[in-house]
Amino acid sequence: MSTRSLMLALCASVAFAQSPNLGKPVSPAEIAGWDINILPDGSGLPPGSGTPAEGARVYTAKCAGCHGPEGKGGPSAKLVGGEPIRSMDAEKTIANFWPYATTLYDYIRRAMPWTKPRSLTNEEVYALTAYILSINKLIGENDTMNAQTLPKVRMPNREGFIVRFPERTP
Amino acid sequence: MKMTPSDQAKRELKNLEAVAGNGLLHRRAWLRGGAALAGAVTGYTLVPSAFGQQLSEDAWSLAPGVTVPEYSVRSKFENKVARSLSNPKGEPRTQHARTPHHLINGTFTPNGLHFTISHAGDPDIDPDKHRLVIHGLVKQPLVFTLEALSRYPMVSRMAFVECGGNSAPLFSLEPIQATAQAIHGLVSCAEWTGVPLSTLLDEAGVDPKAKWIVAEGGDPPHLSRSTPLTKAMDDAMIVLYQNGERVMPGNGYPMRLLLPGWEGNMNTKWVRRIQVTDQPGMTFYEARTYAPILPGGKAYRFYFLQEVKSFITHPSPGLAMKGPGFYEISGVAYSGNGRIAKVMVSADGGKSWAQAALQGPVHSKAFTRFRAPWRWDGGPAVLQSRAWDETGYSQPTRAQLVASRGETSKVPAVTGFPSQHYNAITSWSIERGGEVKNVYA
Repeated sequence: MSTRSLMLALCASVAFAQSPNLGKPVSPAEIAGWDINILPDGSGLPPGSGTPAEGARVYTAKCAGCHGPEGKGGPSAKLVGGEPIRSMDAEKTIANFWPYATTLYDYIRRAMPWTKPRSLTNEEVYALTAYILSINKLIGENDTMNAQTLPKVRMPNREGFIVRFPERTP
Repeated sequence: MKMTPSDQAKRELKNLEAVAGNGLLHRRAWLRGGAALAGAVTGYTLVPSAFGQQLSEDAWSLAPGVTVPEYSVRSKFENKVARSLSNPKGEPRTQHARTPHHLINGTFTPNGLHFTISHAGDPDIDPDKHRLVIHGLVKQPLVFTLEALSRYPMVSRMAFVECGGNSAPLFSLEPIQATAQAIHGLVSCAEWTGVPLSTLLDEAGVDPKAKWIVAEGGDPPHLSRSTPLTKAMDDAMIVLYQNGERVMPGNGYPMRLLLPGWEGNMNTKWVRRIQVTDQPGMTFYEARTYAPILPGGKAYRFYFLQEVKSFITHPSPGLAMKGPGFYEISGVAYSGNGRIAKVMVSADGGKSWAQAALQGPVHSKAFTRFRAPWRWDGGPAVLQSRAWDETGYSQPTRAQLVASRGETSKVPAVTGFPSQHYNAITSWSIERGGEVKNVYA
């Protein structure tokens, strides 16, 4: 056997080695505490709902310290407004850039408040999502956000993107 | 006192091709010329004494040294070789620690100097309690312990990891004076050892409808990113070891996802969950952050790839020249598309180019160090490096990159990220006094 074919055989034996099968089967109920992804079509959104008015109360108590009153910005990013984007000088905001409203629910629930992530209830996350969309006039001030309504919110910059390498993107 | 090169060295010097302008020598000059060449390029040859002092014993040679420690710590004389911190007090925002490329050499980044970006500090994870879950569009959702993963067949590979925002200061409309660390410090290279992700996905049984994975970390923001399944099944790895020891806390202890050659942020640190899906998650970091704005206002989505790049580490800003004479120009080149094929170096701002020597072995999607001998005549020079990868793609000039991608209208903070995925040629100007500056050429 030549060195090259020996090398190939060794590589192949590593690449196609049988799995030791040491993963333990796990049930949806066991994963539930971690299963927090929300996809753009709304899959993953939990039961429950929230309104802008409910969200305003949660916002004042838990968010305004960093993001400022009414989402106008503070030590952390502003959550309301944003000039139309023309160049990299622009500040990316929810209203002028974010393509999907589901990202709001997903990100608030996994990462906010910064110093106490995962402390909000699912209802509070719906309410905050509704409040932020409302102050940006992306939904009405009495609209309720839930698993059915949130994925249908049309974000202004939905079509503002170009896939960089279409050939390697499904 | 001015030394005269020997006649032999003069002959060697004649044979030496100055392969490009402003003193660039052939990349094999040092090897071919040998000792005589050393004389020729430095302008010195053997003379009775230029040293002028008597060697004597130093204190450290005259008594036993310190007790050998269990875990090595570098010499105290090297303490200034450190990462630069964007948020040293750990305020509630992202922390960046940048690799001091101008103060190290070779191709591996030492673990203590590997760049780190942590969005809410480094979590202090108990490895015995950490779990990795694979679920979603699979036949059988599975959970793995670190102990279980440690029993799998492993692979080791070299790979660079680079933040998609590395080199962003070069989007500034005017060159910002900063070191290679400040400009290019969010890329590092290590040998990573772990379990191919394809092994674990195969064990769970991927549904034919699956197209993406969404990976999530156990850090406080539960950072999550989506990756095409094709990449996950190709060369993705669940990494357990970094340069032979367990992954450092800032790099994902006890396990991280490695996607060789792809945007650092996607290489999920502290990875605890992978959901197999039929669509991307459009998570915060892919929907908003790593979507560079183009002139006119559209933005790129799913850039993913870290394209071919190189930069000169020696000389570079902060490393002043020590007078005219021989220098080695050296730096790193890398591409997310594969191996580095060629690096060209210029000392006259791109008017003429010499091919640099590549330090082998050249690994795919990893740092390759390049070296080129240079005799600086003490006058102004502009050093550049340009790399090609094995697909034939090469670095654009800054003018070319900016024409398609834009630049800022005001000078941003050096720690800012006006855009991402900057891979154009970097230019260092050597000033007459020996100072090295960042310039656009």
